[in-house]
Amino acid sequence: MNLQAEGLRKRYGDVPALDGFDLAVAPGVIHGLLGPNGAGKTTAVKALATLIDVDGGTARVAGFDVRTQAPQVRRRIGLIGQNAAVDEILGGRQNLVMFGRLYGLSTVDARARADRLLDMFGLTEAAERAVSTYSGGMRRRLDIAAGFILTPAVLFLDEPTTGLDPRGRNEVWAAVREVAEAGTTVLLTTQYLDEADQLAARISVMNHGRIVADDTPAVLKRQIGGDRVTVTIAAGTPLEPVAEQLTAAVGLPATPDAESHSLTFEVGSGVTALAAIVRALDSSGITPEDLMLRRPTLDEVFLTLTATDQEAAR
Amino acid sequence: MTAVRAGWILTQRNLAHWARQPWTPIFGLLFSIMLLLVFGFLFGGAITVPGGGDYITFLLPGMLALSMMFGVEGTATAMAGDARKGITDRFRSLPIGSASVALGRVGADLANSAVELLVLIVGGLLIGWRITSDPASAVLAVLLLLLFRFAMLWIGIFIGLSFRGEGATMAVQVLVWPIGFLSTAIVSAETMPGWLGAIAAWNPLSATATAARSLFGNPTGITEGPLADATVWLAIGWPVLLTAVFLPLSARAYRRLRSG
Repeated sequence: MNLQAEGLRKRYGDVPALDGFDLAVAPGVIHGLLGPNGAGKTTAVKALATLIDVDGGTARVAGFDVRTQAPQVRRRIGLIGQNAAVDEILGGRQNLVMFGRLYGLSTVDARARADRLLDMFGLTEAAERAVSTYSGGMRRRLDIAAGFILTPAVLFLDEPTTGLDPRGRNEVWAAVREVAEAGTTVLLTTQYLDEADQLAARISVMNHGRIVADDTPAVLKRQIGGDRVTVTIAAGTPLEPVAEQLTAAVGLPATPDAESHSLTFEVGSGVTALAAIVRALDSSGITPEDLMLRRPTLDEVFLTLTATDQEAAR
Repeated sequence: MTAVRAGWILTQRNLAHWARQPWTPIFGLLFSIMLLLVFGFLFGGAITVPGGGDYITFLLPGMLALSMMFGVEGTATAMAGDARKGITDRFRSLPIGSASVALGRVGADLANSAVELLVLIVGGLLIGWRITSDPASAVLAVLLLLLFRFAMLWIGIFIGLSFRGEGATMAVQVLVWPIGFLSTAIVSAETMPGWLGAIAAWNPLSATATAARSLFGNPTGITEGPLADATVWLAIGWPVLLTAVFLPLSARAYRRLRSG
């Protein structure tokens, strides 16, 4: 494991920000840490990046203990905080050369590395401009480049796309994939489920300072059931008899929705059920207005998981 | 990496800011020159110096000391800004010594203050101020002014790290005025009501201003009391004492970022 935390605890006054936080991340993957605002994601990242002292528990990053071997950890990590922590007054190249030298590179090496990173993250043209003139996406990419100077073993990205427009978000996603391809383990916190779904090989769902679920996006989605098939019927046709007919045909209860005049079936295999539904509709002479097959979204997974967790907490 | 080397890299960062945005230091200098002209010519005619002497000659070392004190504001603003924008956290995640961030600030602000002293000294010479002592004393005066700035730096770093909101920097901007004027920087303490004069005489700024005057061979406006007898020692003692208090407090404030 490239990153391992066991039972981390941290309180701010009466509020537990980390409450038995466990995490294990394999080398070279993008791991999503997903949770609502105030779940403790930033506190977890700060603790793992040696920025804050925890009250209890242990954590190792790149093989070193974050509490007793902070200098060794710092040489092997990059931290991209919630604000793009680059110098706005300086230019992009100046920033990267400065961070390179702070990481211990000679001025010559720092310049060469800066040019390489500007190229890698598509910032060569803007290299001399003051960062204050950059777009949000460019600033974030520079931020990531600055954290990537020594090709760290672990890169922490704390909500890297918060506040970005869709274009900036796509640019940052590309940059994150670039980083992971180079072999760096990425711990990505986000409150956007599609972001975790798009990028992460594995997702830990966090709520109230601890992990409430940890798996691949596909398994997490499967956990709350299979596919959904939704049949929308013309407004004039009564829903009830159609629901009975289709339930008999596919052997599953329908969830009617009067407002959209539709029936939804939660099914194991979407394609088989879809075929059975189409046959049943055909034989009873009903023409549906719309027929839709969809997989559960991570939003549904997330809401289900955090709701269960809240009940358990009560 | 050692804190000194990292501090030097961060000093260069802060110096590069002026190359990118030269108006910030230039406005700072223009402000000091403006104050010098306002007090020298606008108010100066109405002010007499106890013990005799030309007011411009009395004023200039006081303005040098005052501009060193006003530097506390720039230091605090820069430290608080970096902390607020997450840049300090970024530096803290790097494998550099924990004194680096403060050392970078110290290096850049001392360089800025040295330039400011130079400009004000040249400006003073142009409007009739004269150094009438020997070169060694004049150099010692400049060193004492920088020592005072060094003490102000640690106060600024402490404030910037401890109170990161914009309100704190505004408070500093307002407070430097009464503290700066309640001293012998602009008028002699001996022209003030007794109790006020006593407070002004004990202001660390007064020790540096009076010591600079006496080392430059200018009228001090002080005829009795500790400022007349031991001014150079006071101008060494006060900054050393302030540094001894605020350097550890700054280090503590920096460490405290770890609990947040």
